[in-house]
Amino acid sequence: MPLLELRNLTRRFGSLEAVKDVSLAIEAGEFFTLLGPSGCGKTTILRMIAGFDAPDGGDILLDGVSLAGVPPEKRPLHTVFQSYALFPHMSVAGNIAFPLEMSGKSAPEIRRRVGEALELVHLTDKADRFPHELSGGQKQRVALARGLVNKPRLLLLDEPLGALDAKLRVEMQSELIALQREVGIGFVFVTHSQQEALALSHRIAVMRDGRVEQCDEPDKLYTQPANRFVADFVGRINLIEVTVTSSSKVLLGLQSPRLGDIAATDLRPIAVGERGVFALRPELVRVHGHKESADLKNRFQGRVRALLYLGDVTHYTVELADGMVLEALMPNAAPGRAKFHEVGDAVWVCWRHDAGVFLRD
Amino acid sequence: MGSQVKWAVILPPSLFLVAFFLLPSLIVVLASLRETGEFGGLAPFAGAASLTIEAYRFLGGDLIYAEILLRSFLVAALTTVLCILLAYPLAWLIARSPKQRRDLLVLLVILPFASNFLVRIYAWIMILGPAGLLYTPFAVIAGLVYVHLPFMILPLYTNLEKHDPALLEAAQDLGANAWTRFWRVTFPLSLPGIFSGAALVFIPVLGMFAVPELLGGTGDILIGNLIKEQFLDNRDWPLGSALSIVLTVCVLFLAALAAWAAKRGLHGTEAIS
Repeated sequence: MPLLELRNLTRRFGSLEAVKDVSLAIEAGEFFTLLGPSGCGKTTILRMIAGFDAPDGGDILLDGVSLAGVPPEKRPLHTVFQSYALFPHMSVAGNIAFPLEMSGKSAPEIRRRVGEALELVHLTDKADRFPHELSGGQKQRVALARGLVNKPRLLLLDEPLGALDAKLRVEMQSELIALQREVGIGFVFVTHSQQEALALSHRIAVMRDGRVEQCDEPDKLYTQPANRFVADFVGRINLIEVTVTSSSKVLLGLQSPRLGDIAATDLRPIAVGERGVFALRPELVRVHGHKESADLKNRFQGRVRALLYLGDVTHYTVELADGMVLEALMPNAAPGRAKFHEVGDAVWVCWRHDAGVFLRD
Repeated sequence: MGSQVKWAVILPPSLFLVAFFLLPSLIVVLASLRETGEFGGLAPFAGAASLTIEAYRFLGGDLIYAEILLRSFLVAALTTVLCILLAYPLAWLIARSPKQRRDLLVLLVILPFASNFLVRIYAWIMILGPAGLLYTPFAVIAGLVYVHLPFMILPLYTNLEKHDPALLEAAQDLGANAWTRFWRVTFPLSLPGIFSGAALVFIPVLGMFAVPELLGGTGDILIGNLIKEQFLDNRDWPLGSALSIVLTVCVLFLAALAAWAAKRGLHGTEAIS
């Protein structure tokens, strides 16, 4: 039995259907992410799990028991809010003690568990500070400690890293992973950042307009997106309109009206004449100064239109013969050489025939 | 900002305060140390050697003055507490109502100010008279509470309106029921509002003489009535001045005490006040 189960969950706000028939199962100890653009319904789902909002249809079950009618204060789930919502009039220790006091724990136990929680988030020396004396990252850690200290069945996190600056966000990501592994409590994490979702989660549900588009492990989501939306939303990708011209057991012949023939592979049975997009990750596209003799079937001539030198990698935008644009990501792995091509250079772009995926419309 | 601009901004209000607050206060201090004139008021100034603490000695010599001062403080305290009890639910309801209706409700709170203070007190005479409550302590308290209630509602509302609703959700999420959420979150965070409201009610009530005079009986006079009597009826200006100084010192002492308590007890709440 899954720890938390959403069954045909639906929520309407007037004429707007914010959540449409969503069914998901979250296992104990899992780091589960709801990913999607703003307004996709992910926060509404989180609020319904926490109990701040009630579904119009469907049910939420914890350990197989419906949570319908159970108020938020009676649910064994805690939330880390986007704004942290730390109590400004309580010290760090006071904030962390709050849920323990609410559940009627004895004073010595509260003291012990607050101490443990502070240790867990490396804030032992800040126990007597007040929230306004803390940095963003420290507030974040207090909010996490407060959410975890009373050992909820599930911790809900609503864009908790959104307010942090880029460098701190990356640091907190590693901390979150370590923390979740250490406490073994299931996390339901809401974010609009695909990078965050990929880095943190065991599984991700990609949402759009109140529906789950795909629910999968991060690498599956990235390499085998279910449709054009998921491909485009998760990571950078080249999308090329194609028609299927040939289909054998694994080999797929595609025809792009602008680019010509593309060789691809697919294990699914696909009929000749089907239309869709060919989705190709930039890091799988190679850019060369000369026509390579390698046996890459997909090779097209173009010109570098723009490049972004990012240090570790360079992001090229290559304009192909008929004005079509392809993005490519090349690691700057040669010692002493910053980049290989300049804007205006004539280049060849190529990729292996198993590099991209065909997505039906 | 250039220092010239800074002075140009600071100077006018400073001059105003010096001319109409500091100087008069010093005049009152000086007046309390002088002698009564032959026909009341002040005797002609006869140099520093003529200054006397006779007025203060007189105040100390009769317990009635201490008693009236104490009663004034008790009446002010009672008025303040009643104002808090009445204003809190109202301010909370206004702060919780939809945004577009809040301005209207605040307008209704301050609407009584549109009519004259004395007119409103006379209205109370007409209300309390037939009920047989006029010229009683109850009438005085009712009048004082009525007059000062908006001064408690407004700072409380301003404070409550700024509370982050996420804090209450967080408290609820962490297991607090409605009662606990109020006492552990809303109430402590509203203390700055309660304190500013209390200051706006308590201090003016101490100096109030019109309400006790119009609504109260002979036994209900407050320190404000006493001061007014000394200046206008008895024409004993040194004694009136001495009473004013005693009152001012008491208020300043209380204010300092409150500020000290607030600094110790309200750690953290300044973030939202």
